Amino acid sequence: MLAVALKGLAGRKLRSVLTAFAIVLGVAMVSGTFVLTDTIQRGFDTIFTQSLKNADAVVTGHQAFGSSGGQPVLSPSVPASVLAKVRAAPDVEQAAPSISDEAQLIDHDGKAIVNGGAPNIATGIDPSLTRFNPLTLVAGHWPHGADEVVIDTGTARKHHFQVGDTIGVAARGPIQKFRVAGLAKFSGVSFGGATLAIFDIPTAQKLFHKEGRYDRIDVAAKPLTPADKLVRELRSVLPPTVDVRTTSEQVKVDSSDTNTFLNIFRYILLVFGGVALFVGSFVIANTLSITIAQRTREFATLRTIGASRRQVLGAVIVEALVVGTLASLIGLFAGFGLARLLDSLLVSFGIDLPKAGLVYATRTFVVALVVGIGVALLASLRPAFRATRVPPIAAVREGAELPPGRFAWLKPYLSLAAAALGIALLAFALFKSGLGTARVLTLLGVGVLLLFAGVAGFSSRLVRPLARVLGWPAERLGGAPGRLARSNAERNPVRTASTAAALMIGVALVVFLAVLAAGMRTTFRSAVNDVFHADYAITAQNNFSPIYPSVGRAATHVPGVTVASSIRGDLGRAFGSTLQVSAVEPNVGRVMTQRWEAGSPAALSHLDGNGAIVSHSFADKHHLKLGSHFKLLTTSGRELDLVVRAIFRPLHDTPATLLGSVTISTSTFDRTFVQPKNLYTLVDTRGGASDANARRLEQVLKAFPNAKLQTKKQFVDNQLSGINTLLGLLLVLLALSIVVSIVGIVNTLVLTVYERTRELGMLRAVGMTRRQVRRMIRYESVVTALIGATLGIVLGLGLAALVTSRISFLTYAVPTAQIVGFVVAAILVGILAAILPARRASRLNVLEALQYE
Amino acid sequence: MVETEQVQPVTGAEPAVRARDVTRRYGEGETAVDALRGVSLDVQSGKLTAVMGPSGSGKSTLMHILAGLDKPTAGSVEIGDTEITTLGDNELTKLRREHIGFVFQFFNLLPMLTAEENIVLPLTIAGEKPDNAFLSELLARTGLTDRRTHRPAELSGGQQQRVAIARALVSRPTIVFADEPTGNLDSKTSGEILDLMRNSVDTYGQTTVMVTHEARAAAIADRILFLADGLIVRELGANAEAGDVLAVMNELGAN
Ligand SMILES: Nc1ncnc2c1ncn2[C@@H]1O[C@H](COP(=O)(O)OP(=O)(O)O)[C@@H](O)[C@H]1O
Ligand SMILES: [Mg+2]
Repeated sequence: MLAVALKGLAGRKLRSVLTAFAIVLGVAMVSGTFVLTDTIQRGFDTIFTQSLKNADAVVTGHQAFGSSGGQPVLSPSVPASVLAKVRAAPDVEQAAPSISDEAQLIDHDGKAIVNGGAPNIATGIDPSLTRFNPLTLVAGHWPHGADEVVIDTGTARKHHFQVGDTIGVAARGPIQKFRVAGLAKFSGVSFGGATLAIFDIPTAQKLFHKEGRYDRIDVAAKPLTPADKLVRELRSVLPPTVDVRTTSEQVKVDSSDTNTFLNIFRYILLVFGGVALFVGSFVIANTLSITIAQRTREFATLRTIGASRRQVLGAVIVEALVVGTLASLIGLFAGFGLARLLDSLLVSFGIDLPKAGLVYATRTFVVALVVGIGVALLASLRPAFRATRVPPIAAVREGAELPPGRFAWLKPYLSLAAAALGIALLAFALFKSGLGTARVLTLLGVGVLLLFAGVAGFSSRLVRPLARVLGWPAERLGGAPGRLARSNAERNPVRTASTAAALMIGVALVVFLAVLAAGMRTTFRSAVNDVFHADYAITAQNNFSPIYPSVGRAATHVPGVTVASSIRGDLGRAFGSTLQVSAVEPNVGRVMTQRWEAGSPAALSHLDGNGAIVSHSFADKHHLKLGSHFKLLTTSGRELDLVVRAIFRPLHDTPATLLGSVTISTSTFDRTFVQPKNLYTLVDTRGGASDANARRLEQVLKAFPNAKLQTKKQFVDNQLSGINTLLGLLLVLLALSIVVSIVGIVNTLVLTVYERTRELGMLRAVGMTRRQVRRMIRYESVVTALIGATLGIVLGLGLAALVTSRISFLTYAVPTAQIVGFVVAAILVGILAAILPARRASRLNVLEALQYE
Repeated sequence: MVETEQVQPVTGAEPAVRARDVTRRYGEGETAVDALRGVSLDVQSGKLTAVMGPSGSGKSTLMHILAGLDKPTAGSVEIGDTEITTLGDNELTKLRREHIGFVFQFFNLLPMLTAEENIVLPLTIAGEKPDNAFLSELLARTGLTDRRTHRPAELSGGQQQRVAIARALVSRPTIVFADEPTGNLDSKTSGEILDLMRNSVDTYGQTTVMVTHEARAAAIADRILFLADGLIVRELGANAEAGDVLAVMNELGAN
């Protein structure tokens, strides 16, 4: 029986290959995701572990609270006296201080070398203490003296620097020139988009204003002293303002940020793999249903010669399993290639992460195979059970059709119920407060799946009306073939519906994302326009990294500038959670207004040492009123006792309109936060934005290559570019699911052509040309694609409406032009999907086709 | 020259199939069709029984019901000692494996399997090994020895039907049913197939019931039953000739 099943597969090669293809892509995405994220993970791990090689313990300033949301929390530096105490401890063999900060390298064209959000690491080391140095020198020598720097080999290669060249470095102040003393790298790891600048310690201390201080001390114990004993000993002699950790603890702390980020990143990519597989399961189920309907006679014959229902079930499932297994294997290995492709994709979107070799974990193999085979199995169950319902008598009945399932009449009701339940789950997840993030996401996921499955199940009822409307142009354009195409699409509504459903899912998600992105853009634009009243803004080149205050200060002295007000930002902690803290200067009121709910606008300009302006949502959550006191923990570990002086409520309640949840004065901020940095500097000029004003500002900013001058409009656009980039990336990832649904359309059409061989022969015999046959198939394909697109657009708009109605700061904005674009794309999808089936249909030999049984 | 009740009931041997008052109604109400209206018969073991009658007289329906492919509206059918009209799907499957072979008008071969694979398929399905000597003999007898590795698409209609017959015989079933096995073949090939059917009865003592339109069947059948309007209306014995058959057929056609 097994052999029969396998022979059956071999006899239907094209169909099997097409079915398999639906799984290959999804599995490839899953395995590619794992390979890529594992590779990145190992890259980071290698860097973090190597950085601490040969150290047994690490001493740093006390980190006030843990990093959050991928945003690091800096530890304060420690005074040199700590180093002396460390060295004096009895079990310490050697201790190496170092400085870690950030600085941009400047390329030959005077531009800062910044790759997306990748860090620009600057360190100060003592090259003579080689045992702690994680880097390998590739050329030149270690930096020595005030004008030498060693840079990483990657940057040197990409930007053509050699030993002996002069390179600009932007640390806290204007650019300074250094001589490239050497090139270094981490062995076994590519650095991604990060850049590295290495100085000797005195130079680094001077550059970063850390004279007499260190950021980290690596400690090696005397032989035979266990690391935890060393830590205990150091702990007892060092002040409480420092953290002492074993190397492995320190690696954990260092990598916790990247691990959180990588996990989220992995989940997002896996979700797209999941979507592709979900779409794939529709394609497989549909293909199997069609093939099984076409094989009714065969199953009946098997039954008459003694096959049991269970054997028929087994045969179908075995077929699916074999296809699933082969497809999963191919997908698994295709995923290894896809990992590279994904990586280039991410790099092209500005996400260039460290990588170490390509990591093929056992988990990757297991999950990819289990998921791929599982999907094939699940998708085959329903068709397989239907196959068992073929009665033996069907073997002798001409044109016997697959009997409808026992519960077929229930299907529309079940589908509607599933869709309703899906919507209910979505609404519950969105509107019920107090559910954890994990629960909300699970509910949303299950809700969306149910909704899609439900609509797909019900959509067979919608095929006829939709085909009427969408097929009308085809009829008008295509004459007889057009008319036939339309009625062919209507002829087996269940089949057309399930084929279209696969495309529907991808389109729905695309539309959903597009609407959300459009909503974000609209909201953000109006919210920023509402508060921002300056001619110019200065930010980092990548629009979001904080930059050193020296830039803002420099802008103040530019002729023609009437106001230059910088807004600082960092993380703080209050009421047990981590939040965004901003700091403003007294002149901020001249370039920014807020909508005050309580307190006066004057509060902005008159913030005293312990005064705070809080956002409406923060005040609401913690029951704060004017004059309420609350405590804020800063990154330096200081706890501020703040008094609420004003409460503002941004337009649309957006969470971030230039200010965070808590705003304090710059002077307080600078005293209590580690390495204060600006998020933006708002600049007003005499005469408003003009070429002359811009030129004068640019002139001064030339010394700060990481700073970018923008008009108000450019600023808003640049801030929004992140949303556009993200949307672009997500759309590219969704394209995979769309490809799977195209495969689904090809599949259905190819099978339909088989099925209608005789009919096609007849049409040709009565005078239909090949070209007309092709056109007929093509129109049917386009009508199917358009049905999928229509359903998807409606669903996507509905889902987006649901989400935007929950999130107050998201307006519901329909990007009409984009949606028209999607419709055009759907037509193209239809045309593309029809190429192969249409060619097969037009090449049928008329005589043979007529005799085809 | 039409004779009835010519053939003596076979004494000593139990009938292979016993049907009593079998009726079969298709559809309901106004449009209902009574395909069988009370058929009783005993099929004798080791003999070839032919079933003839005008188109629409209920031959196929009878065949399906006797073979357990369809259920009668009323009446009973026993194969061996088993009442088959009340059997569940699993028991019917078992019955088909052990007791029934079926030859179809349209061959019903599996296109992706070779001739030999098609022939042994009932055994494969039942999880049994073919008896190689018997298989070789069967192939030789059906003239398929050098066609064993061909697929149905590479065989002529007659060859395909011979594969189907070998498939029906391979598990040595209690009874073989054939519904117009020559209906789709030319005259010469039909003759060969009829000979093959007779041959299997002679060689293996294979009990066979065959629906046919061929007057030639008279020469090979041990007994001929005539159906008209869902009833057995005539019967001829082993010594009937083609002329007798034609006479009955004309008479029934004129009815
Ligand atoms: N599945 C069916 N549904 C309805 N009527 C049927 C069906 N099968 C056969 N019949 C009717 O039953 C009668 C007997 O048919 P059948 O047994 O096929 O006759 P025969 O094989 O002698 O030509 C005919 O009137 C036929 O139309
Ligand atoms: Mg018939």
